[in-house]
Amino acid sequence: MNLRLIFSIAKSLLIARWRQTLVAAVGVTFSITMFIALLGFMTGLNDLLDGLILNRTAHVRLYNEIEPNGQQPITLAPEYKGSYNIVRSIKSVNSRERIYNSGAIIQALKKDERVIGIAPKISAQVFFNEGAIDITGVVNGIDAQAESRLFHFDDYIISGHSRDIAIVSNSIILGKGLADKLLATVGDVVQVTTISQERFPLKVVGIFQSGVQELDKVQSYASVSTVQKILGKPNNYITDIQIKVKDIDKAPQMAREFAQLFNTDTEDIQTANSQFETGSFVRSLISYAVGITLLIVAGFGIYNILNMMIYEKMDSIAILKATGFSGKDVNRIFMVIALSIGLFGGVLGLLFGFLTSLGIDQIPFNTLALPTITTYPVNYSPAFYLIGSTFSIVTTYLAGWAPARKASQVDPVVIIRGK
Amino acid sequence: MSKVVSLQAKQINKRFHDPVTIHVLKDVTFSINSGEFVSVVGKSGCGKSTLLYILSTMDTDYEGDLIIGGESMRNRTDQQLAHVRNEKIGFVFQFHYLLSEFTVLQNVMLPGLKLGKFPEEHVREQALDKLDQLGIKKLADKSATQISGGEKQRVSIARALINNPSIIMCDEPTGNLDKVNGQIVFDIFKELTEQFHQTLLVVTHDPDFASKTDRIIEMEDGRIIKQ
Ligand SMILES: Nc1ncnc2c1ncn2[C@@H]1O[C@H](COP(=O)(O)OP(=O)(O)O)[C@@H](O)[C@H]1O
Ligand SMILES: [Mg+2]
Repeated sequence: MNLRLIFSIAKSLLIARWRQTLVAAVGVTFSITMFIALLGFMTGLNDLLDGLILNRTAHVRLYNEIEPNGQQPITLAPEYKGSYNIVRSIKSVNSRERIYNSGAIIQALKKDERVIGIAPKISAQVFFNEGAIDITGVVNGIDAQAESRLFHFDDYIISGHSRDIAIVSNSIILGKGLADKLLATVGDVVQVTTISQERFPLKVVGIFQSGVQELDKVQSYASVSTVQKILGKPNNYITDIQIKVKDIDKAPQMAREFAQLFNTDTEDIQTANSQFETGSFVRSLISYAVGITLLIVAGFGIYNILNMMIYEKMDSIAILKATGFSGKDVNRIFMVIALSIGLFGGVLGLLFGFLTSLGIDQIPFNTLALPTITTYPVNYSPAFYLIGSTFSIVTTYLAGWAPARKASQVDPVVIIRGK
Repeated sequence: MSKVVSLQAKQINKRFHDPVTIHVLKDVTFSINSGEFVSVVGKSGCGKSTLLYILSTMDTDYEGDLIIGGESMRNRTDQQLAHVRNEKIGFVFQFHYLLSEFTVLQNVMLPGLKLGKFPEEHVREQALDKLDQLGIKKLADKSATQISGGEKQRVSIARALINNPSIIMCDEPTGNLDKVNGQIVFDIFKELTEQFHQTLLVVTHDPDFASKTDRIIEMEDGRIIKQ
């Protein structure tokens, strides 16, 4: 059709009013810039905070809860079937803390397609002896290699090497807070007393800082065999099996399945950390709300400018109509004007948004809690750019719709007679 | 040359309803043959402009029938009427309406580009030809705001001519011009009819101007009293 002509007329009208056009476009640019920068930054922060917990947490954890047995002898007795029985003050029995048949379970899990990897774990309550005082703590027996691969254990080691706990016998990695309390550094030896009053000297081969201070004050890591030794347990004694799965959304379902299959307690990451998802969601929501509000304001700017332009250009519109342009053509001319403002402003906005993101990415961000982070985190997901450009086009389309309609309905007779 | 009817008005009645009903055009019936130079005269307020807006298809709110090039203009869509105006009618207003964002040449070219019958290059040549014919070719690249009133009126005549319309309608084309420029415009019209057999319908209240045309339609109070 006459598209080229319509574009060239729109262009001339735009250039004739370039100042106002620029102001309208700058409005769009500003809002898209803010939208991209805000979402990139917020999402980067979300990813960071989620990663803080989610990266280091098993997606599904197998363990045995210390709890009273639900199957008391009387319920098993056939002669009391169908009767009520009430047993008070049932006590838990400690003996079930270990996972039976852990070897077979690990073999079965390794064959499971949906599982990325597994890491066994034992936890032992101990006292760290510093002079006259005892500090309560926990020694986790881990497979350092699996732990680093699956749960980024290495990222949190601020001195020493995680692999050393597997190489050096009777060695330990201390939490930063704990090490500070014990005045211990890499190479020192700390004394550990078990609940059953046995003493073990352990060599410090590393310090870790998780970012969660409460953890760093009590947690420490040693190899699985070291902890088995501390507890005086055989080498198949495992209390936890941590599983990382391919599709994190399937974790709850898999947790239920494993509980049935292996006859243990299970916990999935969604249940364990539901508060994090809520936080991320609210942060994203705020970013979107601010971005879209800015765009709507920019949309009103475009609406105003188009209205003004139509008011000023009544004569031109009348002429165009008198010389053979239909209402539809006039409508198109003003829609093209609106959309070019949106497109031009939007593209610049995407560019500036990207540059702002790069800028934020350069700002130093050092926090004791996050040893591996040096600058503010930014997410560069193309989705934001797609949403931003879509929104800029949609807003300008809506902003242009009413003025363009008004222009198309201008009656040339009224204008020409009015002179 | 045999008589071909270019435009025909049949029993046209027009009423304004604001707020009381005024009957502005009453049973206006006439026809214009191809190649005729017709003037419409009458006192101010007798309905000449109103008639012209109806004949130019811009005003569709009337009773009666309008036939241009053998086809009725009733019950046409906005787009169809726009096309008729573009292709068959050239319009010259009292106040030289030009688009101030464009150059003189672009102003003349626009209806031609809109018609889309010929490539842009061809339309440009045509436009330059028309400007040349009207003696203002040297103004082609000037902005439409930088030329004098008489020149503007000549540019709008060139614009009206660009698609070789079957009829050109003018509403007091000399009403806003001085004697000299008025004469220039009249001479152009005369030349158009004599040399190019262009059909012209000119509304004027200048009796001097009217007396020199082929035929005078005289209006009074919304009626044609002499034609
Ligand atoms: N929009 C309108 N509403 C009401 N009356 C109108 C309108 N336009 C024109 N008129 C009336 O119609 C009559 C004819 O006007 P017009 O055609 O402009 O006369 P002319 O061009 O012959 O001077 C006048 O009396 C004028 O007041
Ligand atoms: Mg008039």
